[in-house]
Amino acid sequence: MTEILIKNGFVFDPLNKINGEKMDIAIKNGKIVESVNEQKAKKIDAAGLTVMPGGVDIHTHIAGGEVNTGRMIRPEDHVKDVVSKTSITRSGTGYSIPSTFVTGYRYAKMGYTTVMNPSMAPLGAKHTHEELNDIPLLDKATFPLLGDWWFVLEHLQRGDLEGCARHVAWMLETTKGYAIKIVNPGGLESWGFGRNVHSIDDTVPNFDITPRDIMCGLAKVNKMLNLPHSIHLHTNNLGIPGNYVTTLETMKALENVPTDGRPTCHITHLQFSSFAGDNWGNMKSAAEEISKYINNHNHITFDMGQIVFTDTTTMTADGPFEFTLYQLSGHKWVNTDVETETSGGIIPMHYKRTSAVNALQWSIGLELALLVEDPWKVFMTTDHPNAGPFFAYPKIMAWLISKKARMATLAKCHKKAQKRSLLPSVKRELSLYELAIVTRAGQAKALGLKNKGHLGVGADADIAIYDINPEKIDVAKKYKTARKAFGNAAYTIKDGKIVVKDGEVVQHTDGKTMWLDVKTAEQLKVDEEMKLKFKKYWTVEYENYPVYDHYVKVPEIISVKASV
Amino acid sequence: MIVLTPLKKFQFPIHAECINPDVFQGKSVEEIASLQVWEGNRQKKLGDIFKIEATTHETPNITINGDVSEVRRIGQGMKNGEIVINGDAGMHTGEKMAGGKITINGNAGGWTGSSMKKGLIEIHGNASDYLASPYRGSTEGMRGGKIVVDGNVGSDSGSHLRGGLIKIKGSAGPFLGFHMSDGTIHVEKNAASRLGANMTGGKIVVSGSVDELMPTFTIDSIKPKVKIDDTETAQGPFYVFLGDLAEKGNGKLFISKANNAQLGPIYEKYL
Repeated sequence: MTEILIKNGFVFDPLNKINGEKMDIAIKNGKIVESVNEQKAKKIDAAGLTVMPGGVDIHTHIAGGEVNTGRMIRPEDHVKDVVSKTSITRSGTGYSIPSTFVTGYRYAKMGYTTVMNPSMAPLGAKHTHEELNDIPLLDKATFPLLGDWWFVLEHLQRGDLEGCARHVAWMLETTKGYAIKIVNPGGLESWGFGRNVHSIDDTVPNFDITPRDIMCGLAKVNKMLNLPHSIHLHTNNLGIPGNYVTTLETMKALENVPTDGRPTCHITHLQFSSFAGDNWGNMKSAAEEISKYINNHNHITFDMGQIVFTDTTTMTADGPFEFTLYQLSGHKWVNTDVETETSGGIIPMHYKRTSAVNALQWSIGLELALLVEDPWKVFMTTDHPNAGPFFAYPKIMAWLISKKARMATLAKCHKKAQKRSLLPSVKRELSLYELAIVTRAGQAKALGLKNKGHLGVGADADIAIYDINPEKIDVAKKYKTARKAFGNAAYTIKDGKIVVKDGEVVQHTDGKTMWLDVKTAEQLKVDEEMKLKFKKYWTVEYENYPVYDHYVKVPEIISVKASV
Repeated sequence: MIVLTPLKKFQFPIHAECINPDVFQGKSVEEIASLQVWEGNRQKKLGDIFKIEATTHETPNITINGDVSEVRRIGQGMKNGEIVINGDAGMHTGEKMAGGKITINGNAGGWTGSSMKKGLIEIHGNASDYLASPYRGSTEGMRGGKIVVDGNVGSDSGSHLRGGLIKIKGSAGPFLGFHMSDGTIHVEKNAASRLGANMTGGKIVVSGSVDELMPTFTIDSIKPKVKIDDTETAQGPFYVFLGDLAEKGNGKLFISKANNAQLGPIYEKYL
């Protein structure tokens, strides 16, 4: 394998506390090494360029049943964004739900190299992995939805945390998953009966437990299994004015979960969970209350779920929420109850500056990211495609690093939103170092990915180089230059191969799919009773259920030793 | 003026979006002859398939003499000028046009005037399916301009219509005005089934008879006449229906009372 030497770039590597120092990065056999043979190595002249670890996205819906159904119901989304093939890349379609190949290419063009598919119905695991196999240039992992999984609920009902842990370990292996995803805990089970839960202490029908029990139970299970990531939580009452109270209660409930100092819960797309007011007319931002809590506690990380003003597609396992959204928009919609596992819904959504609610949502996302002081707790996402397509990230980066950029957008927003927005009072502008945290280093740390998100020796050689000279331009003022540079990486290097040059894909490589092999002292025995349940309640026989090893094209198995 | 005459009867579909007054503007006959087109899966030059002559007349800018029913995308996206086609025209003629005029002295293929924004298309024969409708999957319907058809039109015409006027002097096929949200369609003769399905706004005027009326339309009133555009009014009386209620729509159907005696006993009692 070729050796590469990246010379004289301004390196931003927050995990190794390198802040814009001019230095060389050496690559050999797909890893970062101390040094290479300077004669033999291919040299990249990065003088005047910014070098960062490859981008990491903690939450992006890029594969699986809901994504594909979204593609099917939105032909008007594809017709406006047709992507032709080149001699290297395959053809496809975009816009809000790009085809698998286009997903890989567009992420790579922005310098991203690792992405997490955060929502997978276990029943759709095989489908999800087939799609992940087809997404090039990126390392991927996927999180099974376990918050309303019957076996989990049964174990928690009995108070059998150890049994639950063994079951979760088995499920992660069975679905080739990476973390525990919880969506509207209890709400999805209730949705099967046409109901929802409205606080963390409502009872889940037929199980006599509450969302609080589910979240805290699974957070403890997560700890017992020593999983690299915390629980990945989509809160109750998401997307409803006044829901910040539920969000605060959720975070408080999780304070009691024992921790070794690492965060116990990642709250995803927090913007959708930070609404004050009691109806859409008087909705306000609760970013101040939420950020104050997060600033004072260390057990929570979150991602933004930042709104981008465009026509996109919402998709989530939160079926009851999608039904509410359908009643608001009247657009075409899909809603399903995935057997005993979860639910799902899809609605197209056009976020408009001229809508007071949408404009305020846009403001809330940025307020959260800027008001939370510690960048290691904040990650940049759009909850792709729910709040906007991922290739709008450069816009969000510009809003984060430049007050001028956000004020320019705010000036075009609905008057009511301008009045209620906290942004005019927020002076903070993220530095490139902080931006590297919220777009890669912090996400890799929260996910427990040891070889990602940094450029230290031994790390995977996933590197993004952008045409930004921090000595020459002030990105806060020249945000348009920065936005362009972040959208078209000068180089993206994946596993030591140059895959993007000057914003164009120049080489194909398959990314890896990471999954957890959790070793518990006593393994779960799949007994007759369990098989009988599959026979009785699932449309799929137990034997056809697991994702067998050959399903994953390029696997990276991460072994974890559990403490049960 | 440029005169194009097909050199042969075309066996394969031809994609010739270059036949556009804006593209021909300022080009010599040789330059026009070297414009690229697709014939089936082969790339050809316009001069390979058409005889190209220049005359001293100013208008129309382009005249096509002969059957070009296999030639697609004539006048696509044109903004100015005039095209006259003396013969049948192929699919997507005048697609996304934003100005100027196309006259077809013959029949028009599918998607004629698809997603057009401005300008005028006159069809002196029949039009096929999807007249003025966006391409499959797209919701970007016609926004403005005018299409006049002397003959009949096929199915799914005027779908996703957002503005402008479609005037049909003959009859219309099923699903006329599907999902339209604004604009006007006038059918001087008859309209087939599923008229105005999913419409949320705009109006469809049928001066002849209708095959059926969808149950999701409700009768509102009887009006003696209805305005088609600034220069024209259709004489009634007309039954006025509102719908499509399945979409909480506010579109209007004006159905001739005289030619639809079957509707009287069903609906008049609700007035």
